Amino acid sequence: MEKFLSALIEGMSFGGVYALVAVGLVLAYKTSGVFNIAFGAQAFVSGAIYYQLHNRSEWPIIPAFLLAVVVAAPLVGAALDRMLFRHLRTAPPLSRLVVALGLLVAIPEVVGLFFKVTQATQYKGIVPGGEIVYRPLSGVAITRDDLSIILSAALVAIGLTILFRYTSLGLRMRAVVESPRLTELNGIRSDIVGTTAWMLSSFVAGLAGVLLPTVFQQVSVINYTTLLTAAIAAAVLASLTSIPIAFAGGIGLGILQQFVSRYLPTGNVFASNVKPSLPFIVLFVVLLFKRSLSYEQGLKDPLAGVDPPPPVPASAVRSRELTIGTRIFGFVVGTWWFYSVLFLWNDIWLDRTIRILIYAIIFCSIVVITGMAGQISFAQATFAGMGAFFSAQIATKQGVSVIAAIFIASAVAAVVGALIGLIALRRRGIFLALATYAFALFFDNTMVRYDWVGGGIFAIESQRPVVGPVDFARPVPGSTTRDTAFLVLVLVVLTLVGIAIIWMRNGTTGRFLDALRGSETAAASIGINATKARIIAFAVSAFIAGLGGGLLASYKIQFSSLDYKAELGLFWVVIVVTLGPRTVEGAIQAAAGFVLFQEWVLPTAIPWLYNHALPFADITAISIGWQQIFFGLGAVTYAKHPEGILESNKTASLTRVQGLIDRFKSRRDSEIETASV
Amino acid sequence: MRDPLLKVTSITKTFSGITALDDVTLDVSPGEVVGLVGPNGAGKTTLFNCLLGQLKPDRGTVMFAGHDLTRVAPHLRARLGIGRTFQRMELFSGMTPWEHFLVAGRARRGDGRLWKDLLGMGRPSKEERASASDVLELLGLTADARRPIEALSLGRGRLVELGRALMIEPKLLLLDEPSSGLDHAETAELAEVLRNVNVERSTAILLVEHDVPMVRSLVSRVFVLDFGTLIASGTTESVFANNAVQRAYLGTNV
Repeated sequence: MEKFLSALIEGMSFGGVYALVAVGLVLAYKTSGVFNIAFGAQAFVSGAIYYQLHNRSEWPIIPAFLLAVVVAAPLVGAALDRMLFRHLRTAPPLSRLVVALGLLVAIPEVVGLFFKVTQATQYKGIVPGGEIVYRPLSGVAITRDDLSIILSAALVAIGLTILFRYTSLGLRMRAVVESPRLTELNGIRSDIVGTTAWMLSSFVAGLAGVLLPTVFQQVSVINYTTLLTAAIAAAVLASLTSIPIAFAGGIGLGILQQFVSRYLPTGNVFASNVKPSLPFIVLFVVLLFKRSLSYEQGLKDPLAGVDPPPPVPASAVRSRELTIGTRIFGFVVGTWWFYSVLFLWNDIWLDRTIRILIYAIIFCSIVVITGMAGQISFAQATFAGMGAFFSAQIATKQGVSVIAAIFIASAVAAVVGALIGLIALRRRGIFLALATYAFALFFDNTMVRYDWVGGGIFAIESQRPVVGPVDFARPVPGSTTRDTAFLVLVLVVLTLVGIAIIWMRNGTTGRFLDALRGSETAAASIGINATKARIIAFAVSAFIAGLGGGLLASYKIQFSSLDYKAELGLFWVVIVVTLGPRTVEGAIQAAAGFVLFQEWVLPTAIPWLYNHALPFADITAISIGWQQIFFGLGAVTYAKHPEGILESNKTASLTRVQGLIDRFKSRRDSEIETASV
Repeated sequence: MRDPLLKVTSITKTFSGITALDDVTLDVSPGEVVGLVGPNGAGKTTLFNCLLGQLKPDRGTVMFAGHDLTRVAPHLRARLGIGRTFQRMELFSGMTPWEHFLVAGRARRGDGRLWKDLLGMGRPSKEERASASDVLELLGLTADARRPIEALSLGRGRLVELGRALMIEPKLLLLDEPSSGLDHAETAELAEVLRNVNVERSTAILLVEHDVPMVRSLVSRVFVLDFGTLIASGTTESVFANNAVQRAYLGTNV
């Protein structure tokens, strides 16, 4: 009984934070239509400010709390609304999800520029003497901190429920999210209502942000991310609409977690793997079985017709001359690059080039699922990981040839991808994306720990392939041989994958997916099978990711599950979406960005430029965090440029070149006319 | 009398207590143009959605060309030969009319084969392009073929919807208020196109329409729905002469 009660109490204080964030997520979705996965990051902002003020600068509790939660958090919310989300009210839900994803990646790094996260321990909560323990019953202990969490969560949930049920502000907030322009026609300033809603939800995030560290005793981004997943499960349970259910769900999840960790047998592999991944399992199960999520309550603005049409992809505006011109340009640049890598540059650049090509293969899988099918999958790193783990296992243990092993492993990934596509099929848009994320986290936390899958966090040995007489073995240190054979191998694979994608896009699959993206009802009315088209997209995408993952493992010879973590998958989506999710070209750009930004642009190129521009400056390297900030903020432009910023700039400059060509042509034509007259 | 192409028997559909369709029975013969009229909220669109499988009727059966459609998925109904347009336009955003027609033509041939795509055999064939051009010409859309759909006017958009439905070479076209939002000239043009389609391709048409002159000029038989029940049916002249119909729908002075 004591065990039961103390699990209950402890579970409630964890659950209180989950509930608070879940309520905040529901609030943000109800009032802005944004599934704000950056919510945890926003919470982190307040947590960090509070720690800085209260713990490090020793401000008293009240001013520190006011500044961190009542001032800073709503300000962040207001800024996000003014700068970003206001302009996205009519954007499709998936675009808004990607923007929030960009923020999720960027915000913690921005905070990190000012706030030293390391050793942010011995956190002191928002009530004095937080560690004081009450013992209402024998054997049951509850601290003041725990009480402060439970009370705050309950107050927020009750307050918000009243706001939405009984006040006109709540009513106006709901109206604005349906159609800001129609609301304006009724004489309501939709921008002010929208900003208020954002400030309110950010305040809740801030409150959760200063409460969470009390249960972990430290301020760390990872805790906020884990917190977010649990809260997402509770929010989804509430169908993103009901605040009381979100609250109850959060508390329930916290309690469930405590019960699982206390009552499941210790020592059992399954039990010890299940514990940390409980929130993901719950999220996945909720997504699978909750029927009301079947149809996304997509917000169709009745006045959407006044929006300008979406931009035309670059390839659509090109004339024949320009197409040939850009192809020649691409060919020349490619040839120059490979010539330099083979004959001029050192091994570091050969290594970078190989990795760029491998990541380009992996990113091609995002081109298929996001660029073609219009779905966001957060499980691409997991599919790549399956390609890596399984191919290494098959090749090492069964003695299958490495190339065959990679193909088999990719096929396994494709089957799993098809299954995810199938079971998550009726969950459209953001719920589908969340299901892939839950799956990825589940795989990371549970499956990878089994020996026959990922072998834990330890490095796994893999092999280089031997095809007939060609051995792709890694060159022995000190020898004059170089890794050029592997370069050729990945170049061939990338070319094949690229051609396959282009053919798919121009063929039936691509056209069906285009049609489905345009209007699902209309697609069915001409006989397109949505289920089949989506499953194909998932399977092909997972297969390509598996290929890339397997090649990466084989190239590195030694790899670990850290190379394929779910969080990495999030970042991959961000980087591809930023640099061009529609084309194979875009995938290559994204891969170059991914590899070079971290290894060359930040540590070498920018300091060099800076030091040469300012003669007295002497900087050595730029923080790696800037990569996250740069691409995270890049993804924020997704709603405006769904084809990627780079691609849209390319369109703009190509249009200018096209204008020059046209002018030249018309002048020439008139000269010919004059000559013939 | 020939066997009917479409036979709807005793369809009933309720939405949480409200009866949208009550025991509705109607039929359309091959090559025939039939009107379905009734005031707003009479259940016309609900009936369409039941015919196409977007909604499941509570009772009743739908037979089409000898098949029982009751348990057939919407996309398979399209492949059996039912094309439709929508009251609130449903176009594929970001695609041109030309692409709309190509994708519909491809869909008619059944599922896309992935391996064909992967072998580079997925591009539109000569026949597919020819039939898409035919439809473009039939609808007078040739000049707009390569413009994005968002750039077209409402009237043109309705024609694209119609063309997309025609590309699946339907035996029966279900048109849901095709003239709504069109001006008089455009409506007349549309009626002309529909007449051509019916004559040249011998496509049967079930037409939901408020524009009485248009209905009169096109159809040979009319069904009248009011509050979910069929209140009259028969030849155009006899139905529009019927007192109950005039009261329910047309007002008194027609």
